[in-house]
Amino acid sequence: MPKVTYIEYKGTEHTVDVPVGTSVMRGAVDNNIPGIDADCGGECACATCHVYVDKAWLDRTGLPLQGSQEASMLSFAAVTQPDSRLSCQIGMTEELDGLVVRMPEGQH
Amino acid sequence: MNAPVGFDPITDAARRPLSSFDMSDPAYYQDDTWYPYFARLRREAPVHFTAESAYGPYWSVSRYKDIMQCEVNHAVFSNEIGGIQVEDQPKDMQRPSFIRMDPPKHDEQRKVVSPIVAPANLANMEPLIRQRTQRVLDALPRGETFDWVERVSIELTTMMLATLFDFPFEERGKLTYWSDVAIANVNAPDAPVHSEEERFAELKIMAEYMARLFAERREQEPKFDLLSMLAHGSATRDMPLREFMGNLALLIVGGNDTTRNSMTGGLLALNQFPDEYRKLMDNHGLVESAVSEIIRFVTPVIHMRRTTTQDIEVAGQQIPAGAKVVMWYVSGNRDEEAIEQPNRLIVDRKRPRQHLSFGFGIHRCVGNRLAELQLRILWEEILQRFPMIEVMGPAKRTYSNFIHGFRSMPVRIPA
Repeated sequence: MPKVTYIEYKGTEHTVDVPVGTSVMRGAVDNNIPGIDADCGGECACATCHVYVDKAWLDRTGLPLQGSQEASMLSFAAVTQPDSRLSCQIGMTEELDGLVVRMPEGQH
Repeated sequence: MNAPVGFDPITDAARRPLSSFDMSDPAYYQDDTWYPYFARLRREAPVHFTAESAYGPYWSVSRYKDIMQCEVNHAVFSNEIGGIQVEDQPKDMQRPSFIRMDPPKHDEQRKVVSPIVAPANLANMEPLIRQRTQRVLDALPRGETFDWVERVSIELTTMMLATLFDFPFEERGKLTYWSDVAIANVNAPDAPVHSEEERFAELKIMAEYMARLFAERREQEPKFDLLSMLAHGSATRDMPLREFMGNLALLIVGGNDTTRNSMTGGLLALNQFPDEYRKLMDNHGLVESAVSEIIRFVTPVIHMRRTTTQDIEVAGQQIPAGAKVVMWYVSGNRDEEAIEQPNRLIVDRKRPRQHLSFGFGIHRCVGNRLAELQLRILWEEILQRFPMIEVMGPAKRTYSNFIHGFRSMPVRIPA
């Protein structure tokens, strides 16, 4: 099963298995990794599963499409960067085995 | 307005024809009798049409997942066309605010004020909120009955609001008054205003007062308060009068009333579920999840309204373009398909943050983290100093179909 490494804002790392077909958000929530709230449960409706995608992985995860719901929700999140994504919108694939994401200072 | 003696809402909700259901009647919320009606709607008519009401015809969406569907589709479910309440604002007295706008203007104005609740600023505000909370709690009487709404909920949220606006502190009672004016149902006997004209006149006085502060802030360097942010933001610095009124009323109500009522409703709920209160007293680590659970249980905003821009299907039901659609958060938050044992307060509930009280999508409550912070501090400080605070009599609720509020609640802290 592909692995994802989640790095908390203060630096604590968690590497867990995330099943293909689920999402990067789901991997965090199902493993009780703190720092990803996912208030809306994966509907792309709250921006509380915000992560920064590690540079090495941006090609494979891509960025939110312009004008998409994800881009719109992210535009209201606090502390966004050019590598911001909503982790509920990153679908897990074999290709993403080893993915590294970092968490922002707060979910909003 | 009070239900007649012998009236049984459970029987009435079961027998009444669905076609006569009108959940916009504020009496349901003042009398706290809405539960069985929405339970039946969720079961039998989750997307329901009311042909006649005091606010004209409207559709009701009562299930969690259907509300979510409307929330995320802001292109079809517009805030701008008809506003956010089942009751329309009179045509010549409309007060636009960013919650009553669609993109792109909504986005531009919201982004002007949202930095005030960014994580770093919340961390800055925490010590001040804690100090004030401690002071208010330490001054409460022991062994005698007093009004929790006045002494705690209003006091704390009004101080917060004064800070957010950097409003003259001694004058802060004005903010609470304007908030009450903005949300009042003008037909309620205890309302601060009794007609739309009166409301408009009072809010104009608010706007004139605020305009003076706004003008001062504009001359000063930008700083971290809402008036300064509005005065310097390119999307907000030249607002016409009615839009200025609308945005201020939005920030005042949003920044105080909802949290005020969660402070009251949370204590009431914990009294209704004393085992949960005990659980919390035994384990202060549960405060964070208890706060989310309280916000779900109280549901401080009863509904939000949208207007359809095109025909749309929700839960198999066709809704035509131009329809008034009411998303009943009170009902979605009690939907047994989305939330286990929804009518119980469970302070250590699994996934307590999954509730509708803040809304979802682009209009999701901008101040949600500040509200949670205020409530978390309040409960941390209460648990540290008091035995179980007792509710001594019925809480008086607000006559409103929009704000789920409390006028008063008698409580006693054991001596």
